[in-house]
Amino acid sequence: MLLRHTPKEIVERSALTINPAKTCQPVGAMYAALGIHRCLPHSHGSQGCCAYHRSALTRHYAEPIMGSTSSFTEGASVFGGQSNMLESINNIFTLYDPDIIAVNTTCLSEVIGDDLKQIINRAIVDNKIPPGKTVMFASTPSFKGSHVTGYANMLTAMVQNFAEKTGAKNNYVTLLPSFIEPSDMSEIKHIAAEMGVQYIMYPDTSGVVNAPMDGKFHMYPKGGTPKELIRASGDSRSAIALGRVGTFQAAQLLDTKCKVKTDILDLPIGITATDAFVDTLRKTAGVTVPESINTERGQLVDVLCDKAQYVYGKKVSLMGDPDTLYGLVQFCKDAGMRILHVVTGTPAGAKWDRRMKELTGEGTIVKSGAQADLFYLHQLLQNDRPDLLFGNTYCKYISRDMDIPLIRTAFPIYDRIGHSYVPITGYRGGLNLLIKVLDILMERQDRDAPEEKFELVM
Amino acid sequence: MPVVHETPTAEEFKTEVLEKYSSKVAKKRSKQIIINKVENKEDVPEILANSRTIPGIITMRGCAYAGCKGVVLGPTRDILQITHGPIGCGFYSWLTRRNQTKPVTDQDENYITYAMSTDLQEDEIIFGGEKKLRAAIDEAVAIFHPKAIGIFATCPVGLIGDDVHAVARAMEEKYPDINIFGFSCEGYKGVSQSAGHHVANNKVFTDVVGINDTFTKPGKFKLNILGEYNIGGDAFEIERIVADCGLTLHSTFSGNSTYEEFSSAQNVDLNVVMCHRSINYLAEMMDKKYGIPWFKVNFVGAEATSKSLRKIAQFYQDDELIKKTEAVIEREMAEVEKVRLDVKSRCEGKTAVLYVGGSRAHHYQELLGEIGLNILSAGYEFAHRDDYEGRKVLGSIVIDADSRNIEELTIEADPKRYKPRISAEERAKREKDGFEFADYHGMMSEMPGETLIIDDCNHYELEELLDRFHPDLVCAGVKEKYVVQKRGIPMKQLHSYDYMGPFAGYKGAVNFYREIDRLLNCNAFKFTKAPWDTDPELSATYGFNS
Repeated sequence: MLLRHTPKEIVERSALTINPAKTCQPVGAMYAALGIHRCLPHSHGSQGCCAYHRSALTRHYAEPIMGSTSSFTEGASVFGGQSNMLESINNIFTLYDPDIIAVNTTCLSEVIGDDLKQIINRAIVDNKIPPGKTVMFASTPSFKGSHVTGYANMLTAMVQNFAEKTGAKNNYVTLLPSFIEPSDMSEIKHIAAEMGVQYIMYPDTSGVVNAPMDGKFHMYPKGGTPKELIRASGDSRSAIALGRVGTFQAAQLLDTKCKVKTDILDLPIGITATDAFVDTLRKTAGVTVPESINTERGQLVDVLCDKAQYVYGKKVSLMGDPDTLYGLVQFCKDAGMRILHVVTGTPAGAKWDRRMKELTGEGTIVKSGAQADLFYLHQLLQNDRPDLLFGNTYCKYISRDMDIPLIRTAFPIYDRIGHSYVPITGYRGGLNLLIKVLDILMERQDRDAPEEKFELVM
Repeated sequence: MPVVHETPTAEEFKTEVLEKYSSKVAKKRSKQIIINKVENKEDVPEILANSRTIPGIITMRGCAYAGCKGVVLGPTRDILQITHGPIGCGFYSWLTRRNQTKPVTDQDENYITYAMSTDLQEDEIIFGGEKKLRAAIDEAVAIFHPKAIGIFATCPVGLIGDDVHAVARAMEEKYPDINIFGFSCEGYKGVSQSAGHHVANNKVFTDVVGINDTFTKPGKFKLNILGEYNIGGDAFEIERIVADCGLTLHSTFSGNSTYEEFSSAQNVDLNVVMCHRSINYLAEMMDKKYGIPWFKVNFVGAEATSKSLRKIAQFYQDDELIKKTEAVIEREMAEVEKVRLDVKSRCEGKTAVLYVGGSRAHHYQELLGEIGLNILSAGYEFAHRDDYEGRKVLGSIVIDADSRNIEELTIEADPKRYKPRISAEERAKREKDGFEFADYHGMMSEMPGETLIIDDCNHYELEELLDRFHPDLVCAGVKEKYVVQKRGIPMKQLHSYDYMGPFAGYKGAVNFYREIDRLLNCNAFKFTKAPWDTDPELSATYGFNS
């Protein structure tokens, strides 16, 4: 009854977003910034933004998420935030000693027109930035894009600020992942390492937002990509960007700025997309696929063949972030499922919609951007009920209301743990995901079976 | 061997912590880090509070929007709330404060699971968002048919000059049956959440409270509870106890509340205030306009609950009520004591620090004290001086530029409806006998001398504090939780209760005792160090030797 006001009849809306399937840019930018070693994210605006973003990431990861703020009051909003930013730089280097401050803007500082480039230059001129330290920024107003766009913008800022072409090519393949979990970052590194590929990956939040407990608080955990490696990516032999929406801009910049040949692929979720990644990596790095990777692949295929009857033909609806959705839809298709609905609040663009439609085929409702929200998704579900729902924690209300099992795969996940430790990318991640899907569907089959059909062996 | 720490004095701590700051910052923080003195009970030192956060500091604070929409209005279930602005603010304030609510029937309105936003885009920031807000209200009305709509302004709409109040008025003309009102709670207002509480109080007072004179609830002793937000079901427990005593709880501001209760809240004889910081304005204004007296209570802690219930019963001066209240206290305390003594035997003498909210850091000291914990230090995120030093300092608080932009309403007695619940003479007589109305002594007078009081404690200071004082327990918010726990120190979130509760009232106290017992005594934190971390010496022996 918690969503009892959501009517089945779908009403056209043009202005009101209800239960959004996205959030705002800075939280994505902050997350990306945490993937640089010894980097402190800084939010330029009112302190509420920073508090909300830190809280959201803290709840999602159950980890300390550090971030500072320019703490605008009305005065700064009227007179501009330069003095707050300069004072922040001073205090941050004095108290927290990061190597890098990664500033994200907010609605507030964007609307008043603070020019971060000029402010940072001013800080440099005034010797407010200690030697060897960097202050970088990404423009991330919340009235554009979503948390995924914010991630993309901060990733682009990393290329802009650090990647350098010296002319001396190195043997690295640069990997640019879209907004994924630290577990997935690890899995991508695992594949590259198994294949014997020398790689640079950024951002890399593994070891930062799933750091171990050792009785100490580390403001800068061991993880994160060192800026020297980001710099070296400008000389890398090639690059592979994973997830178009989150990485396109950065990949393009790496290509134009440093002339690094870049392939843009989908996130390696499921067999098809992981095959594409492994194959591209094999060709671009000039390596052969090792036995260990074939084993991982073979195990996933094995389980899928063994248990296909439980997933085949099942109807599924998905909400989440645009890049993850491409991967998840391919995973579902690998498993023979029928895709009913795909919804992302991120305004991913007409091209994204078109390509998603091509992936899903006829009969799937695809919606992104304005009013592509959970209210709309719930209405769709009332009209065409799936067997399974993929989405974030907020989907649990729909899941409960309609008694549809939910697989938590999107951001944020506030009520379950595992996403930051158990990957869904790569073959091993595919196996995790498949086991999760099978568990929940077979549980449901058991639960719903009449007694005479309740069986031991499945 | 237990580790013996050199514990500094409060004075040493303060000096050393300030050393790392620039002189400008140190000067300010030295007025916010205070060593308590209470020789003469009421004579506490002055603290700097409700002052700007230092830019660049990793702060525990939030913004005015969070205080207005998130704290005060958030828990109401049938006021449809639209955040006017880009998507973030609405998203982050969506269900994250755990305000539980229980409609009387399944058919009653409950919008608490809906987050509504105008999701402003760049074009609307450039050309103005009022048109979209009007359209959003049209759409909301068509889908939900609510009784009331609240509109919450975010930073950018304030800057571009969208007038949420004008839109509210215009839409109210279009939909005369719906009460539509706006809140100027842009995030940059004031210096913390506190500004938003004030904005919320003002608007709820002018546009909601007092517009319904007909709705009332049966009963002889009617009261409102102000500043109780039903996190983790606190209000449910308080409702239970209050009903058992024979009182009629008309409205809670704003836990488990309805629009109808708000709008008729003037039909009671007493307001009691839980969270002084977030809602003292409303109590004061209702006193002036309608003649409803108020006093401060605390339902956090079993003893505090009993004390508060007794004071309420005493207010009504009814023997039957007093008798019934005593019976409830006796019954409940018998249950509480069983658990309390058992838990106390394992927790006595442990230490805690609390940096939370603008009343909780005070209230929870009573609860922790009941099981024998000592408080080393406490402070608020967004309090004012009166929350620390007591309301007697209200007149001497200097209004600065950041507070000045929050409207202070001038309230006069309502010519028709002002009805002093007790006459001025009676009130004076009772006060003479020691019954306090409209007062709050603040946190400091109830804490021992030499305790560290830290206003707006930040990440750096918290770390220093943990390093030097090694408390056994920390109470703060979600952003601090894992910073503390990584060190192997258990941490209890007192904003969200760590997804537990209730912690108010008697059953709440029992829940809390058990929870603190678990935190201090469960095995989990004992694994923080591996055996080879504590004894790193390599001294191999052969298996066959042993």
